[in-house]
Amino acid sequence: MSKQLNLNKRPISSKIGGLLFVLPSIITVIIFVYGLILWSVNVSLTNQNSGTKKETEYVGLKNYTDLITDERFTHSLGNLVKFTVVFILGTLVTGFIMALLLEKGIKGEGFFRSFYLYPMAISFIAMGTVFNWLLNSARDEEAGGLNLALQKIGLGFLQNDWYVSQNGAMFSMAIPAIWQMSGYVLALFLAGFRGIPDDMREAARVDGASEAQIYRHVLFPQLTPTLLTILIILGHISMKVFDLIIGINGKSYVTQVVAVYMWEATFDQRNYAKGTAIAIVLLIMIAIVVVPYLRYNSKQQAYR
Amino acid sequence: MSKDIVDLITASPSARNKKRKLNGKEKFWLIFRYVSLTFIWFLVVMPIYVMVINSLKGVKNVYLTNAFKLPEKLDFSAWSVAWNGTDYFPQAISDSMTRTLFFVIQSSIISAIIGSINGYVFAKWKFRGSNIIFTLFLFGMFIPYQAIMIPLVRLSTEVGINKSIYVLVLAHVIYGIPICTLIFRNYYESIPNELIEAGRVDKASMIRIYRSIILPLSIPAFVVVLIWQFTSAWNDFLFAIFLTGGSPKLSVATTALNFITGSSNQIYYGVNMTASLIVSLPTLVVYIFLGRYFLRGLLSGSLKG
Repeated sequence: MSKQLNLNKRPISSKIGGLLFVLPSIITVIIFVYGLILWSVNVSLTNQNSGTKKETEYVGLKNYTDLITDERFTHSLGNLVKFTVVFILGTLVTGFIMALLLEKGIKGEGFFRSFYLYPMAISFIAMGTVFNWLLNSARDEEAGGLNLALQKIGLGFLQNDWYVSQNGAMFSMAIPAIWQMSGYVLALFLAGFRGIPDDMREAARVDGASEAQIYRHVLFPQLTPTLLTILIILGHISMKVFDLIIGINGKSYVTQVVAVYMWEATFDQRNYAKGTAIAIVLLIMIAIVVVPYLRYNSKQQAYR
Repeated sequence: MSKDIVDLITASPSARNKKRKLNGKEKFWLIFRYVSLTFIWFLVVMPIYVMVINSLKGVKNVYLTNAFKLPEKLDFSAWSVAWNGTDYFPQAISDSMTRTLFFVIQSSIISAIIGSINGYVFAKWKFRGSNIIFTLFLFGMFIPYQAIMIPLVRLSTEVGINKSIYVLVLAHVIYGIPICTLIFRNYYESIPNELIEAGRVDKASMIRIYRSIILPLSIPAFVVVLIWQFTSAWNDFLFAIFLTGGSPKLSVATTALNFITGSSNQIYYGVNMTASLIVSLPTLVVYIFLGRYFLRGLLSGSLKG
């Protein structure tokens, strides 16, 4: 049995056998992922609209060019950009701080870590219900929820209108999102820190580096791949944000993002052509971020 | 292969620092870390705390101004209202909860079986082009489902399946293929090829090797995938709201909750908090008892082993 067998030189039958077993899944993915995307693209090039009884005909890229001048769409896109910036920065910083506090190991780490990670097990809709209530805009004497809590701890000046006024709306949507996703960043950074061999720290220490220098010049550079992964994961989650917004503030204009506007165009306006056009724009935005990552990843796999 | 990612996270290196006595500066930093960790702990626990205490205040006595205050006396009436409904609060969530449980269990089991077979082939029986196909699979896990939703809704209406909860079983099985395949593939990659070769020397067929060698080793991966599919289908809102069209007969936990809290029941905060808590309980229980496996599923989304 110690004889070396080359796994690549298998009998033909087993190669085909492997393909046969995954064929149903391949066909399913081709139809339901790629086929339906093409179908969506096709719908987005027509004037299909169940609100009007017109014959369906092709209108070219009209639905896409209409989006450029559609105030609601540009508003949603602007909101999404604001949300993405605040959400990514906030989650990154909070998660990183959590990881820094834990990475050396501390008594009770398991306790803290378990609590820090639980928000990811809860749905955005359930959390949205809580934050919808706590982020109430009443201030000072009438204040409740988060505004009241801020007063109580002496940070009354931070009281806010939250999602009621346009200024802070996307900022207040990002708070629950940061709350929910920081644990994810913590987990990835913690794995990053602990994947660095101890010898590197020891060597730097022997060379007389201070703790701060060790972090800056030895540990942080090692975390660059982790950071890249985190940015891509958070980026695509952020662009898709839907449940969270619906859960807190429904379809309200002030907090509308691209995914929510797609829902409105489809369900309320019954304008399927417009709905698919918005969805395809969203798909392209996400593909720009994700496809290079997938390619990079598959090349890495090939070297294993 | 590198160390398992979850082992890295949970491997606390505190033991090796234990022996030394701390000097003043180190003591300060230790206290600073504990204070910060505790502060963050309070922030993280806050929403659950709000849910729990306000669910115990009864139906009427819940105001935003005392949202953080403990109840003066325990009153479980909000629980029975949220669960069973009453005349002024007609949307009971008991039906939606059982319906969700029913479909989520089925979709998780089917997904796990499919994922296991796919993962086995993609890890151990690679064929020409299998890596490219695998990458094409992975793309399906990152797409915004809005991009396939309108055709999917139309398809399900034409087939007539949109009147049944099985539309959600199918949706979660189909769109769960990429992640389930990924989790199983990564797991099977870590099984030494020698085991397969041993089987091949004994002239065992591909299926035989799967049944007698791979499957008995697969329990951890099955737990990871079952938990992942359970949690993501339970917490899913997008497929549910599109594919059931918001029909109350097919409402699941999230759509029912959204209907309750988004409707005119805004005055019954206690009931809203209770309903959110009830809807969150199944996934929380899974997390509490099987957190490690949950974490592994979650991190597989980052494509790292």
